[in-house]
Amino acid sequence: MPVSLASSKVIYEGLKECDVRLVSALPETWLVHLIRMTDEDPEMILVRLAKEEEGVGVSAGAHFAGVKSAMLMQNHGFLASINGIVSFAHLYKIPLLMLISYRGSLGERDPWQTQGGNVTEPVLRALRIPYFFLDAPETAKKLIRQAQTLAESSMQPVALLLTRDLMWED
Amino acid sequence: MLRLDCLRSIYSELERCLVITIMGAVAAELQSLGHRPNFFYLQHAMGLASSTGLGLALCLPDQKVIVFDGDGSLLMNLGGLSTMARYRPKNLVHVVFDNESLLSVGGFPTATGTGTDLDGIARSAGVPRVSTVRSVESFTAAVKDAIHGNELTTIIAKVEAKGPSAFVTDLALLENRFQFRRHIQSLKRA
Repeated sequence: MPVSLASSKVIYEGLKECDVRLVSALPETWLVHLIRMTDEDPEMILVRLAKEEEGVGVSAGAHFAGVKSAMLMQNHGFLASINGIVSFAHLYKIPLLMLISYRGSLGERDPWQTQGGNVTEPVLRALRIPYFFLDAPETAKKLIRQAQTLAESSMQPVALLLTRDLMWED
Repeated sequence: MLRLDCLRSIYSELERCLVITIMGAVAAELQSLGHRPNFFYLQHAMGLASSTGLGLALCLPDQKVIVFDGDGSLLMNLGGLSTMARYRPKNLVHVVFDNESLLSVGGFPTATGTGTDLDGIARSAGVPRVSTVRSVESFTAAVKDAIHGNELTTIIAKVEAKGPSAFVTDLALLENRFQFRRHIQSLKRA
């Protein structure tokens, strides 16, 4: 599978280095290595979800407990989480670090991913969620640390879009 | 059976728990009995009270967490029941007040009024302990048992579709949220 193991490892290390101890996830192709690394790490709590919106509640619970968390999801999972983001994370000022695989953008071969690709950034902007691109392993750790810091200080969701260039090795 | 009587019957037990409620009648009625810093009222995001309880329970395994859910909210997040059952934290108690209606928006009937069986759904999802109660006495016994027990428990409490006259209280949402987190951090320091 051409999902980049090297990039997944860098992202995972980035999460660990900013003290993330709980990860909620719903499997998607680009995230398989990240989810496996989380699952195999005894220091990490992995919560496998049925639907991504649950992750907003799980992360809020972790925040109340004083535990830093991250959400791993596809952009369609982000779209499925919107009410939770608005009526929990925004309403109650809950920091969320969302790592979103950016499917349906440049180079996408799966037709079913393409509509989600069209609307991901417009929806993030409409929700006034700060978002940044994780597109190179050299800068990934720094961006993860900065996004986590911003989420905590602003007490709001911050999104990192995982791009094809970073996650896929054709 | 009235939800308010149920809440009153176990109010003193809640002192040592972290409590999360859904919005609407449950939040207003628990507050009417007396707010405490260990109570968090999720005044929207229907369905996510149980997910919040799960996150809290997994992060604080030595702390008892109790979620007061409702039939309307649970029906919006049935998948969350399977997630809870998957991790089945021993310190999580999940109470569902089932009044077979969306009371806070005018009493529209939910599917539990036409045959949907939340007790059966919870069992089939894999929740290790599930019960349905129809009297205040059995509610009190079931909740006390679950709080002092050591297993994820879902209790379906069949209650009348009656609630308070008003839902808005003088506790601001953010005030509640910050107080709740600060309370938990103070427990961790103690």
